[in-house]
Amino acid sequence: MTARIAELLRALGARIVNNWVWRLGFAFRFLWVTLKESGASFRRFHLTIREIYFTGVLSLIIILVSGLFVGMVLALQGYDTLVRFGSSEVLGVLVSLSLVRELGPVVAGLLFASRAGSAITAEIGLMKATEQLAAMEMMAVDPIARVVAPRFWAGVISMPVLAALFSAMGVFGGYLVGVQLIGVDEGSFWSQMQAAVDFREDVLNGVIKSLVFGVAVAWIAVYEGYDAPPTAEGVSGATTRTVVTSSLAILALDVVLTALMFRGT
Amino acid sequence: MMTRKELDLWVGIFAVIGIGAMLFLSLKVANLASFSAADTYQIQAKFENIGSLKVRAPVKSAGVVVGRVSEIHFDNESFEAVVTLNIDGRFKFPKDSSAKIMTAGLLGEQYIGLSPGGDSANLKSGDTLKLTQSAVVLENLIGQFLYNKAAEGDGKK
Amino acid sequence: MQDTVATSNLVEVDQVWFGYDERRILKDINLVVPKGKVVAIMGLSGCGKTTLLRLIGGALFPNEGEIRVAGRVVNKLGDAELFELRRKMGMLFQFGALFTDMSSFDNVAFQMREHTDLPESMIRDLALMKLQAVGLRGAADLMPAELSGGMARRVALARSIALDPMLMLYDEPFTGLDPISLGVIGQLIRRLNDSLGATSIVVTHDVAEALELVDYVYYMSAGKVEFQGTPDEVRAGKLPSLRQFVYGESDGPVPFHYPAPEYRQDLLAQ
Repeated sequence: MTARIAELLRALGARIVNNWVWRLGFAFRFLWVTLKESGASFRRFHLTIREIYFTGVLSLIIILVSGLFVGMVLALQGYDTLVRFGSSEVLGVLVSLSLVRELGPVVAGLLFASRAGSAITAEIGLMKATEQLAAMEMMAVDPIARVVAPRFWAGVISMPVLAALFSAMGVFGGYLVGVQLIGVDEGSFWSQMQAAVDFREDVLNGVIKSLVFGVAVAWIAVYEGYDAPPTAEGVSGATTRTVVTSSLAILALDVVLTALMFRGT
Repeated sequence: MMTRKELDLWVGIFAVIGIGAMLFLSLKVANLASFSAADTYQIQAKFENIGSLKVRAPVKSAGVVVGRVSEIHFDNESFEAVVTLNIDGRFKFPKDSSAKIMTAGLLGEQYIGLSPGGDSANLKSGDTLKLTQSAVVLENLIGQFLYNKAAEGDGKK
Repeated sequence: MQDTVATSNLVEVDQVWFGYDERRILKDINLVVPKGKVVAIMGLSGCGKTTLLRLIGGALFPNEGEIRVAGRVVNKLGDAELFELRRKMGMLFQFGALFTDMSSFDNVAFQMREHTDLPESMIRDLALMKLQAVGLRGAADLMPAELSGGMARRVALARSIALDPMLMLYDEPFTGLDPISLGVIGQLIRRLNDSLGATSIVVTHDVAEALELVDYVYYMSAGKVEFQGTPDEVRAGKLPSLRQFVYGESDGPVPFHYPAPEYRQDLLAQ
């Protein structure tokens, strides 16, 4: 009996160590190497610009449209509740604070992970599977400096921009629904909002969150791509892992950051 | 495959609208433009009870925001609350101005109302307001009301 | 930086052992590749020939023994020196491994742009010359996805000779090609080797093409060099496993039947 339990525990421990601990350690080393090799990403900035196009610019549509919709829903739902307490004039506050503090960084982060993060993983994984990375090494070009680092920095740079755009579109969507559609007073919508939203406390903290999320998603995406087994199943598994792990990381980091930033204001 | 020029153009557009969104959020949504931290001076006020006054609460005079509460702490010597106010440098108040803790609306947030005095000299950074009126605490009000009612009843007898 | 005794061999593999944990892939390999020659390393899949190629290229390090290229010990080089050496080597991967996000021209020009300061006009001329050498100057603007298998491999070949390497490594260059492309690649390997004054190592199991093309053959089996000689010596060789390989016999030292229980027993068993 105890032998069975011991065996189960041993197997569990082995799984945790092999799947998590090794990979985590390797992932940290990989991040370190990527950062070390980042010189070329900035000295030859056009490499990074190219990746910003593919991760950032091509994500614009989904971010802008989603932001608009989220803002609109916030206004609809928010008005429904606020009007019961006769406080519909703080609708702007509700919409803007929700977006700037939370929904902007988090939802934009999740969308970014699934659109851009998975694309980065698939691209790097496929390059590995078709021996393009090995060919590059044989040509005396470091694939981490040339392929991995620019994509990492493009992710880190694009994320805050996309989060800000998401929040801005959301506020606009909230304005469209709240003021134009429902009829909340335009003046109080904006003035209450300006009084309640603080640049340092809310906007800046939101930017910091999106930067942290950007680092997390970009890191996970390039690591999973580089580590993917060079087969079709390997790359597809890595792509799914990127989306799942990034999403969980964003939500977990959000808890930590929110607790640090927004306690008892 | 896009040319270098096309890529640069699109990334440039991306950067511009990103900055635009940040500006929109900072100026239109938040209150960045209205207060620059550099042009403020600090004065202190002591209260017996600050009620539910919080840091960042507005300081208003004649109903207009002229500053913010920047810090609140407890003075263990005088057993009073010491509140530090950041006043916009454009506005000068006489040395004998008074501060009162008011409530916005019936159940709203508390803020500091600043009423000017008549002194010819103005408050400088670091000065302390002499005249203050503490917050109205609901429990004390009710207690006082009941006490008065009881005293009235006694008197009538 | 130190050069050993001047030798006419460009590549020397000296008592090399290689493996992972318990699994030994290469056992006591000794071979030399003289300058200017085209040498084939042949054998069945899994005999370790591709691994040997990777060891020569410095992508893997042997457990024991030394690999010397141009007198330098590959597995003892520092990072900078290894990169320096790799600029003088070209490798053609099994399916080309072209960079799929850039055109054929950009692929060929890649090394020139990364490693030299040549002006763009000169790079353009050089890249077109390389493409001309493999007969694909007209395909310069096509993307890899638009090329056929044979064409892609030729562009990859042009890419690997971009900096006029002294050592060319070919990993299964004939696999999966139609007869015409087969002939073309074979001719190109020989022609480029001679015109560049380079040395080539071809890893393959395409016996017919290889014997036509190369100067010397090493035949490997299960991680050891079982036979070596000129193509004529190979054709005449008496070693049973070599004969089976060269003449494609279905049964011999490598059995036709995968190990299984007795046939009658298997059929009659319930």
